[in-house]
Amino acid sequence: MASKGATSSGGAKDGTSDSSSSSKKNSKKPKYSRFTQQELPACKPILTPGWVITTFIVVGIIFIPIGFASLFASEWVVEIVDRYDEDCVPRNYTYNQLAYIQSSETNKTCTKRLIVPKQMKSPVYIYYQLDNFYQNHRRYVKSRSDKQLRSRASEGDTSSCKPEAVGGNNYPIVPCGLIAWSLFNDTYGFSVKNKALEVSKKNIAWKSDQEHKFGSDVYPKNFQSGGLIGGAKLNASIPLSEQEDLIVWMRTAALPTFRKLYGKIETDLEANDEITVVIQNNYNIYSFGGKKRLVLSTTSWIGGKNDFLGVAYLTVGGLCLFFAISFIFLYVIMPRPLGDPSYLSWNRGQVN
Amino acid sequence: MTRGRIRAKLQRSHLYSFSCLHPSNTEAERPNSVQGSRIVHCNQPHLHQKKPLKYCSNFISTTKYNVVTFLPKAIFEQFRRVANLYFLLAAALSLTAISPFSAVSMIAPLAFVVGLSMAKEALEDSRRFVQDMKVNRRKTSVHKGNGLFGYRPWHKIRVGDVLKVEKDQFFPADLLLLSSNYEDGICYVETMNLDGETNLKVKRCLEATLPLEDDEAFKDFAGIIRCEDPNPSLYTFVGNLEYDRQAFSLDPGQILLRDSKLRNTAYVYGVVIFTGHDSKVMQNATESPSKRSTIEKKMDYIIYVLFTLLVVISLISSIGFAVKTKYQVPDWWYLKPQNTDSLFNPGKPALSGFYHLITALILYGYLIPISLYVSIEVVKVLQATFINQDIHMYDEETGNPAQARTSNLNEELGQVDTILSDKTGTLTCNQMDFLKCSIAGTAYGVRSSEVELAAAKQMAIEEEVDLSSFPMHRDNQQSSRKNVGRVSEIELETVISYSNGTGQKPVIKGFSFDDGRLMNGNWLKEHNTDVHLLFFRILAICQTAIPEPNQETASFTYEAESPDEGAFLVAAREFGFEFCKRTQSSVFIRERYPNSKQPVEREYKLLNLLEFTSKRKRMSVIVQDEEGQILLLCKGADSIIFDRLSKNGRMYEAATTKHLTEYGEAGLRTLALAYRKLEESEYATWNNEFQKAKTCIGADREAMLERVAETMERELILVGATAVEDKLQKGVPQCIDKLAQAGLKIWVLTGDKMETAINIGFACSLLRQGMKQICIITTNSDTLAKDGKEAVKENILNQLTNASQMIKLEKDPHAAFALIIDGKTLTHALEDDMKHQFLGLAVDCASVICCRVSPKQKAMVTRLVKEGTGKTTLAIGDGANDVGMIQEADIGVGISGVEGMQAVMASDFSIAQFRFLERLLVVHGHWCYKRIAQMVCYFFYKNIAFGLTLFYFEAFAAFSGQSVYDDWYMLLFNVLLTSLPVISLGVFEQDVSSEVCLQFPALYQQGPRNLFFDWYRILGWMGNGLYSSLIIFFLNIIIFYDQAFRAGGQTADMAAVGTTMFTCIIWAVNCQIALTMSHFTWIQHLLVWGSIVTWYLFLLLYGMISPLISGNAYKLLVEALGPAPIYWAATLLVTIACNLPYFVHISFQRCFNPMDHHVIQEIKYYKRDVEDQHMWTRESSKARHDTKIGFTARVEAKIRQLRGRLQKKHSSSVAS
Repeated sequence: MASKGATSSGGAKDGTSDSSSSSKKNSKKPKYSRFTQQELPACKPILTPGWVITTFIVVGIIFIPIGFASLFASEWVVEIVDRYDEDCVPRNYTYNQLAYIQSSETNKTCTKRLIVPKQMKSPVYIYYQLDNFYQNHRRYVKSRSDKQLRSRASEGDTSSCKPEAVGGNNYPIVPCGLIAWSLFNDTYGFSVKNKALEVSKKNIAWKSDQEHKFGSDVYPKNFQSGGLIGGAKLNASIPLSEQEDLIVWMRTAALPTFRKLYGKIETDLEANDEITVVIQNNYNIYSFGGKKRLVLSTTSWIGGKNDFLGVAYLTVGGLCLFFAISFIFLYVIMPRPLGDPSYLSWNRGQVN
Repeated sequence: MTRGRIRAKLQRSHLYSFSCLHPSNTEAERPNSVQGSRIVHCNQPHLHQKKPLKYCSNFISTTKYNVVTFLPKAIFEQFRRVANLYFLLAAALSLTAISPFSAVSMIAPLAFVVGLSMAKEALEDSRRFVQDMKVNRRKTSVHKGNGLFGYRPWHKIRVGDVLKVEKDQFFPADLLLLSSNYEDGICYVETMNLDGETNLKVKRCLEATLPLEDDEAFKDFAGIIRCEDPNPSLYTFVGNLEYDRQAFSLDPGQILLRDSKLRNTAYVYGVVIFTGHDSKVMQNATESPSKRSTIEKKMDYIIYVLFTLLVVISLISSIGFAVKTKYQVPDWWYLKPQNTDSLFNPGKPALSGFYHLITALILYGYLIPISLYVSIEVVKVLQATFINQDIHMYDEETGNPAQARTSNLNEELGQVDTILSDKTGTLTCNQMDFLKCSIAGTAYGVRSSEVELAAAKQMAIEEEVDLSSFPMHRDNQQSSRKNVGRVSEIELETVISYSNGTGQKPVIKGFSFDDGRLMNGNWLKEHNTDVHLLFFRILAICQTAIPEPNQETASFTYEAESPDEGAFLVAAREFGFEFCKRTQSSVFIRERYPNSKQPVEREYKLLNLLEFTSKRKRMSVIVQDEEGQILLLCKGADSIIFDRLSKNGRMYEAATTKHLTEYGEAGLRTLALAYRKLEESEYATWNNEFQKAKTCIGADREAMLERVAETMERELILVGATAVEDKLQKGVPQCIDKLAQAGLKIWVLTGDKMETAINIGFACSLLRQGMKQICIITTNSDTLAKDGKEAVKENILNQLTNASQMIKLEKDPHAAFALIIDGKTLTHALEDDMKHQFLGLAVDCASVICCRVSPKQKAMVTRLVKEGTGKTTLAIGDGANDVGMIQEADIGVGISGVEGMQAVMASDFSIAQFRFLERLLVVHGHWCYKRIAQMVCYFFYKNIAFGLTLFYFEAFAAFSGQSVYDDWYMLLFNVLLTSLPVISLGVFEQDVSSEVCLQFPALYQQGPRNLFFDWYRILGWMGNGLYSSLIIFFLNIIIFYDQAFRAGGQTADMAAVGTTMFTCIIWAVNCQIALTMSHFTWIQHLLVWGSIVTWYLFLLLYGMISPLISGNAYKLLVEALGPAPIYWAATLLVTIACNLPYFVHISFQRCFNPMDHHVIQEIKYYKRDVEDQHMWTRESSKARHDTKIGFTARVEAKIRQLRGRLQKKHSSSVAS
């Protein structure tokens, strides 16, 4: 389309007889303010050698102690990791693990012994760790209904739970969705010197989840009643807010290898104690080649055993100190007086 | 569409130079053969209501949209941006299950972005509409039948209407002049808006229509005009008028063009021929293009790069997804793989993969910053406000501030390489001041020109600097002290003479002459009184102006063809020779002598007028005074006059030549004056011949006239010379100087004569003494015309190659060349086969001046420079004739002075005076360029740093399209959490203050050299983004891998990991921008640190609202992350680790390879500029691009010369 740029005739200025032109003129004058003139007071920090070196040294000095502190904290944590998925399959099923786990007839009980390497102060946290289990798969993550979990009134709100939304008779499943359906169902029993250890399942979930996200009036319904049984069954007489295993499980993990809190042991474990663990090996990880581990661990202020944080802090801190030294070195070898005009491009051009 | 077809018919060969004083009556008798088909029934507009005679109305519209087309067209414009189209598609898909995000989070930002841009478009277009309506509603007097005239708005005027246009009104359409209030049917027209020339042009009606001199006469008037079709050629018109059963040929001399103005004439009658968009001026208007800055164009490439990256990682994701889905997912019972849908079907992995590709394209869309465009838009509008608000670009006289009319070219201001400038009204005020003269070998006039003053001032400074900076001078202190003494002497002298001049007398426009020896009749006391008398008479008589009595001062003002002539007449008046009346045959001069109180009025019979043409470079009049003495009075270019002097007329030649050189050096325009006494008989024979030539018809009439005139203008006697200062606009030479120092090339494109253009070149320091001028002109076009175009072209080509050769062979590195080319030659030089040679030559020259160029040619030259060099061009002008070039150039700047508004309306920026261009470019341009460049780089950095983490996570989530962050985090990332700091960077960042920008023009070169937006820098920033994304993702993943993250024993779920990662991103990118900035006002502090605080606030609030909305982020900060030391430790670690390499890089660069602005920042920081002012001034004077033009270059030349002179004096005094 031919839209033309030039307008006709310079008429906008034809008001020569305009007596009020002087006042009009002044009204167009920009008003002075430091803001509009871009003259606001400003701090203009520049990277002088002093600042550079100070920054590096300060970062180094802060980071290295943090690094050591984290490393010590991590050292202090005692952790026992035991993989049991293969050990708990009877010999004759070694080449047919899947049949073993899927059969309802086989004996799933399995006993393992663990040695406590160092004293473990209570509470000792019990985790199960799964490998190669994609709890972060989009299809999996989406398959839940927060509304339904929260209140009884929204029981029927299962549209987001596909493909585990309604039971065979079209009644809504509570809790619906793949996440709840695939709830982990191995169980562990612990005993030291033939004395059973109490496993507390209280307060293993987040408090806010228990209080606000899982309703105390919502009871499991139609759960695991379909043709395919996924994982654990839930006691239909306990409200969801009390089903802490479910609540923990419903917080989907970020990575395909994850640990989840199973419970805690409220007594101290002494070094070289032998713990007998009786495992009900129910959960099927064999079909997709996953692994199962039982983990006993204490915690410190940084959480579980985590050497990496300390190492990373030490590395960055060390790098900063290294840079500080190199810069000092460079400034000594090749000093450049700050604001030396001979470094301006026109002066350098002349020298060459 | 029709217009395009018509334009295709345009024949450029029809263009010929326009000379207003040529009598055209002689050839008016035979009708032209008309090619066009336009028929106009005069005074019968009703005949034009039906086809085929229905022509377009006089309604004009320059808007891009109207109410109906706005929505579709504006939306179309918006989605021409690739990125917007992508987001539209993404938004559409977000309504389906494919999208990884909720629909609202995709559509809301897009609607916001597009809506904002469209609102801006609408606002701009409505301003244009208002302007159009103002023009369309103007009223003019139209014949309504029966000899009655009434007012009617412009847009209702139809072809065939008879109009009566009154004094100082614009013509509403292209008219055929029928008659005027003058008996001979002439009228004066100002074509300022068409070609920028301010001198008046005479139009003369046909003799046949002379009797139509009052309203009554039009009662029964009827006639038919057959003429050419509408075309953009301003200087041609072919047509016939059939009236009274006779046909008369019409030529441009009878056509009054729309947008020109009637002057000095009470009224005219005219018939409308072309209306509205058919009129010549509208035909000349080129389509206003939508301009985009270089950075924005380059940004498109970056977007393409990112798109490629996006597609690649999407492909990787979808292939990964398909593979996983096919081979592994069937075993993942917890996903119920047997329960399929089309998006997830292990049985058809290819199809699922394809769907997933779309999901991935949307998911990784964060690589392409949707908010980039809207942020840039916001930043540019704010930058434009700062330009509008700049008090240093406000002109007190006209009351106009600078105005950024389109804000999307701000950063382009910082990258300009070539400035194409109009002359009249832009560089000059088009006002001449009579400053000096040389009469009978004596120089008069003590005032100094601007160039001289500046030279003296600069020299004083330079000497001082030289002394202090070169230690070797110390050994030789005595001599140097002497030098200083001398310099200050020189300075004193000029300053005194200048101050003498100003205070005492009222300023007379056009007259700055001051010398007691000539004023107040004192010239009578000089030697050679008769020569002085002749000098003044030549000034008063040898002209073509019209006097106008001025009531206020009881004297006369003059409407002269050229402003110099006006200056001469004013000078003559001040000397006591007042030109007071002109009749067809006589000139009357009031001569005032001090001994007699009453002035004597003398009549000079004007026998012949040999007019000025650019080829003749002189004009003469032959007059007979009251005693019967016949005189030929001649003024012209010195070289021409000196060639024609008689033997005894060369008495003052040597002295005058010396003076002329001095005047030239001082930047003044000079003319030599001479006369010749004629015998009656001699004149009679010559006049016979002259009359014969005049009446002869045919193509060679001009040549014959010229030849005859030539025979008379010889044997002249030199009287003296004049020196006129072309008043430049305030501050123009200084501005050009600074711009030249900033490394900008300046071309002058003017409609003026070559001589005028060259003089202006001298005055504004584009040309100087000692510069080699290369003039490319068409030689003897008359004789060559028959050989055809080829010969002319070959000739021009030869000239071009010779000149290029000359430049190549030049060994002196300081040699400077100037290219001067005229419009006629330019038509050939701009043709495809020659334009590259022309451009090549022009680029090698320090300055280029194109004279007598038409508006179209201005645009063509601009396009040639723009496309040929590939660099950014800026066109600046003030008149309608500059509109084409303003629109064609990368940036168009209009001068919003006192003249018309066309240039301003078409421009991207408007300023009140040329001198503001310096601040506009060197300060605002520099800042805006750096701001936008840094901003865009940072934008890509932050979006890569963020977007890639999404991709890495996919690798750990079986490429399923799950994002580790909450939807809301992602939505807010671009909209709230990182956008304000980057906007503050784009709006407020200053590497150096405005004063420093002005003091160190060399800093401007960072823009044209594109130091801040080259691929190295862009890729560097992208690399930084990549590094940051890796650090952020993997450090977090490893830290939160599988361990309990707090003493309570719980492990981190996806929400905790995602939130921690996002916290790290917010910290890292905001710290990064703080490192990038060098200028922190409270606003930057507030926005940068405020963004981080906002993130925590958001997290807190988000965690407090119902878990139905916040999901797993419910109470995340309060309950889980806040109390966990590892969360804070990870944030600190990742933030520092992300910014470490950049910090090392900038520290290293600043310490060992500092850029100019770094050093200057340091000087300022340590206040060394205050302590060591010498160094500061020295550096700022050195900080200029090596330039051969401009004031400084010129002053240096002058200094060299003065030094030479001093040296000579010194040595001679030593010798004696």
